[in-house]
Amino acid sequence: MAKKRSVVYPYIPNSVAATRSEMLEKTGVKDVEELYVGIPKKLRFKRPLKLPKPLHSELELKRHVSGILGKNKSCEEHLSFLGAGCYQHHVPSVVDTVINRGEFLTAYSGSNYSDMGRFQVMFEYVSMLTDLVGMEVAGFPMYDGSSSGGTALRICARVTGRPEVLVPETVSPLRMKVIENYCRNSEIKAIHRVSCHPDTGLIDLRDVKAKLTANTAGVYLENPSYLGMIETQGREVADLAHENGSLFAVGVNPMSLGVLAPPGDYGADIVSGDTQPLGVHMNYGGGACGFVAVRDVEEHIAELPALMTSIADLEEGEGFGFTLFAWAERLSYAARENAKEYTGTATALWSTANAVYLALMGPQGMKDIGETILQKSHYAKKLLAEIPDLKMPFPSTHFNEFVVNFDGTGKTVSQINAALLKRKIFGGKDLSEEFPRLGQCALYCVSEIHTAKDLKKLARALKEVIA
Amino acid sequence: MSEETRLRNYHAQVWDEPLLMDKSVKGQRGILVPEAEKEVRDAVGEAKALIPSNMRREQSPDLPEMAQPQVLRHFTRLSQMTMGNDVSNDIGVGTCTMKYSPKVNEALCGMPQMADLHPYQDESTVQGMLEIMYKTRDFLREISGMDEICFQPTSGGQAVYTASSIVRAYHQAKGEGDKRDQVITTMFSHPVDAACPATVGYEVITLMPDKDGYPDFEALKAALSERTAALFITNPEDIGLYNPRIEEFVKLVHSVGGLCFTDQANANGVLGKARAADVGFDMCHFNLHKTFSSPHGGMGPGCGALAVKEHLAKFLPVPVVTKEGKRYGLDYDRPDSIGKVRDFCGNAQVILRTYAWIMSLGAKGLNEVAEIAVLNNNYLERLLLAVPGVTESYGEGKVRLDQIRYSWEKMTADTGVTSEDVERRMTDFGIQAYWLSHHPHVIPEPFTPEPSDSHSKEDIDEWATVMKQISKEAYEEPEKVKSAPHRGITRAVDESAMLLHEECIFTYKKYKKVKAEEK
Repeated sequence: MAKKRSVVYPYIPNSVAATRSEMLEKTGVKDVEELYVGIPKKLRFKRPLKLPKPLHSELELKRHVSGILGKNKSCEEHLSFLGAGCYQHHVPSVVDTVINRGEFLTAYSGSNYSDMGRFQVMFEYVSMLTDLVGMEVAGFPMYDGSSSGGTALRICARVTGRPEVLVPETVSPLRMKVIENYCRNSEIKAIHRVSCHPDTGLIDLRDVKAKLTANTAGVYLENPSYLGMIETQGREVADLAHENGSLFAVGVNPMSLGVLAPPGDYGADIVSGDTQPLGVHMNYGGGACGFVAVRDVEEHIAELPALMTSIADLEEGEGFGFTLFAWAERLSYAARENAKEYTGTATALWSTANAVYLALMGPQGMKDIGETILQKSHYAKKLLAEIPDLKMPFPSTHFNEFVVNFDGTGKTVSQINAALLKRKIFGGKDLSEEFPRLGQCALYCVSEIHTAKDLKKLARALKEVIA
Repeated sequence: MSEETRLRNYHAQVWDEPLLMDKSVKGQRGILVPEAEKEVRDAVGEAKALIPSNMRREQSPDLPEMAQPQVLRHFTRLSQMTMGNDVSNDIGVGTCTMKYSPKVNEALCGMPQMADLHPYQDESTVQGMLEIMYKTRDFLREISGMDEICFQPTSGGQAVYTASSIVRAYHQAKGEGDKRDQVITTMFSHPVDAACPATVGYEVITLMPDKDGYPDFEALKAALSERTAALFITNPEDIGLYNPRIEEFVKLVHSVGGLCFTDQANANGVLGKARAADVGFDMCHFNLHKTFSSPHGGMGPGCGALAVKEHLAKFLPVPVVTKEGKRYGLDYDRPDSIGKVRDFCGNAQVILRTYAWIMSLGAKGLNEVAEIAVLNNNYLERLLLAVPGVTESYGEGKVRLDQIRYSWEKMTADTGVTSEDVERRMTDFGIQAYWLSHHPHVIPEPFTPEPSDSHSKEDIDEWATVMKQISKEAYEEPEKVKSAPHRGITRAVDESAMLLHEECIFTYKKYKKVKAEEK
């Protein structure tokens, strides 16, 4: 019988027996066990780990893992109308090329000297993002849209010294789970929900007014809202908040801002959101990339928990460099428990993608894509509205998402989506559990990736499914 | 020192690359977007008319206008001004476990069946993804000895935050939420072990090191009370010493009703050698972008996999991956859950890479990772302690695991050259700048190398040789070190803006304004 080959690990150069022996000798120990004397014997793990038999060759590994992934059905091979915080858009090839550059992909926390390129990308990302959202200052990216919303609210509380915030009732329940956990036992003692008009889905200004008190730190608004509507009363909410001495925070889909007014234009003090739509693959939600942007107000900047870099002169001669930190005392890296919030590794590679995306798109590209999405999503809504038994509960204009009600069909969204799936269509996100009072509703998302043919295919499939 | 290597005659690619916005040429386009078809336009009309008039953007965003090749070239140049692990010897970036991120895993991440999955797809269409998550969960249960794993946190910090939230939920469920308002940590634990409990409202008590560098046991005794909610401790701590009394720490905290969490962001040295659960810890976490090889991405996206024992599993964030028969699913219906800490299920692509990495190595391979990481570190120690001006902090005669915090204190006293000067100078040799230490710098003039399992003997020799060279320069021609870098990407930066807030410039717009005013 042929002998089994011995293993040298390609990722572990010093696993070569001769190298290992040489290093042990030079380290002055006979066996690597001697280097583990620091761990009390009693606490040593004594048996081999129970793990599956490894696949040492790259070929076997690739075959095995891609085999498992092959059980997935992707949005590339299916027609997807899912959104609800994670969006399918075209990712330009240049974006993927840049973020797969090993220098960016495998960098980490190198200095402003060794990694100046990375710092410059962050500076350019912040410059473009703040302009897009109509703000003046932001830090390195944060985690995702929801936890960034939590940070925005906590900034309101710290700046004003007040313990309560107002949040519209249309914010996603799952987002609220993130925000509520982030605010629990913090500077914020209560999150009050503000009602929205049942017929339009837009925020009820009378309720905002009624709920604003001397304790209100901030009012949070989303635009477009989770249910897709373009909120037209941003300025009114801003004025009400400001008259009350409260701050106004807006959660935004940055993809909309080539065509929609940036929150800075209607009075926002803080803008948060998720830049995943700007050139990042969905990655089953792993593409999320949060941000918080503020105005150039010292008291507000001081509350940002993100890493920041400042462009700086060189000590000699022309040119520029970047500082390693800026206002470092804000951060837990420097201040430990006295920091505003914790700071950690977040989503820098995705904001690198955002920077490349925005540079490629430019002002005209952002306008074009916004217009295309508006037209296609309104076309989709129109096609679906023509189907008997389907209702569009909100007449308000929307950007990329809209609610469809299926009560008239006698079927549940779950049943309809199951039938659509058989036709290789991912139907809209089922809202029936999140917003039971809306009945059997789904949130449909349309973007530049959908063709008129795709949208007609959806309409046709829905007609068949509800028949 | 016997293991010298030839010093690299390195020179960085100094592109002198302007800011992106300064390269803008009016009218250029980087990419075009499909236009809505005629039938669509005919049906809905002008896009502008679809937006309420007060919500139309009047002034276009001030983004650069550039053609595609110029965009690509700009960012490629910036990449060349960044020292990732793929191009540079980054042994110095300690506490970060810089290791090789296998390219085959990137190829797998790029598959549409990973990259183009939506988190709200029907469970039947993501069985492969859920299988990867479920099986990786099983791997980490075995490696940690814990009962349940949560992949939702996307960084070590977020994992520690999640653990802090669970501590709060646990004591609240027992009716002691208000009473237990203190968390104890140690000075050489990662700063987030102090910051995260504070973020969720805890008062934090920090134990200082005793004369041997271990967290002071007597101080722990004094700190414990009925107000103690938990202990948050890194072990081995940043200085690389495994706490020999760790089990006593855990027992003592448990005896007053507190929970124990250990920060295993970098667990390289202990894989298969010691498990957090066996020490008695209730929770621990692993940074999958450190120990488990997922690329760091220049500061994320990562994953802080949180491992908990059975009695805390019900508090984990939703959803939890389940398996019934052969079918995988997501369970949102968990009434005791803390809720969520992040959107969706975390960074799925990072979990995929972890699965692939563990499958490529197996139990023996993970054992090899741990042993080589520890051997590399101890081998480097022999070389560095022979460098004039280098001293080791604490733990004389003790054996360290996978990293060590050294000090240039002696050299600074002798020559005036500081650890930050060395940090700049080393980039002149094509070596990634090292990580000094977390703050505060309890150990003066610190640096913290961590030669991981994927650094070769030659890498380690080179790194030590560079340290020896810089030390020689410090003693013979200190100005050369102080005025560094000389062959790096950039010249010395005026960092005064770091201290003076009003001088910080965070955006291009402000930069232009300030420069115009200067003129």
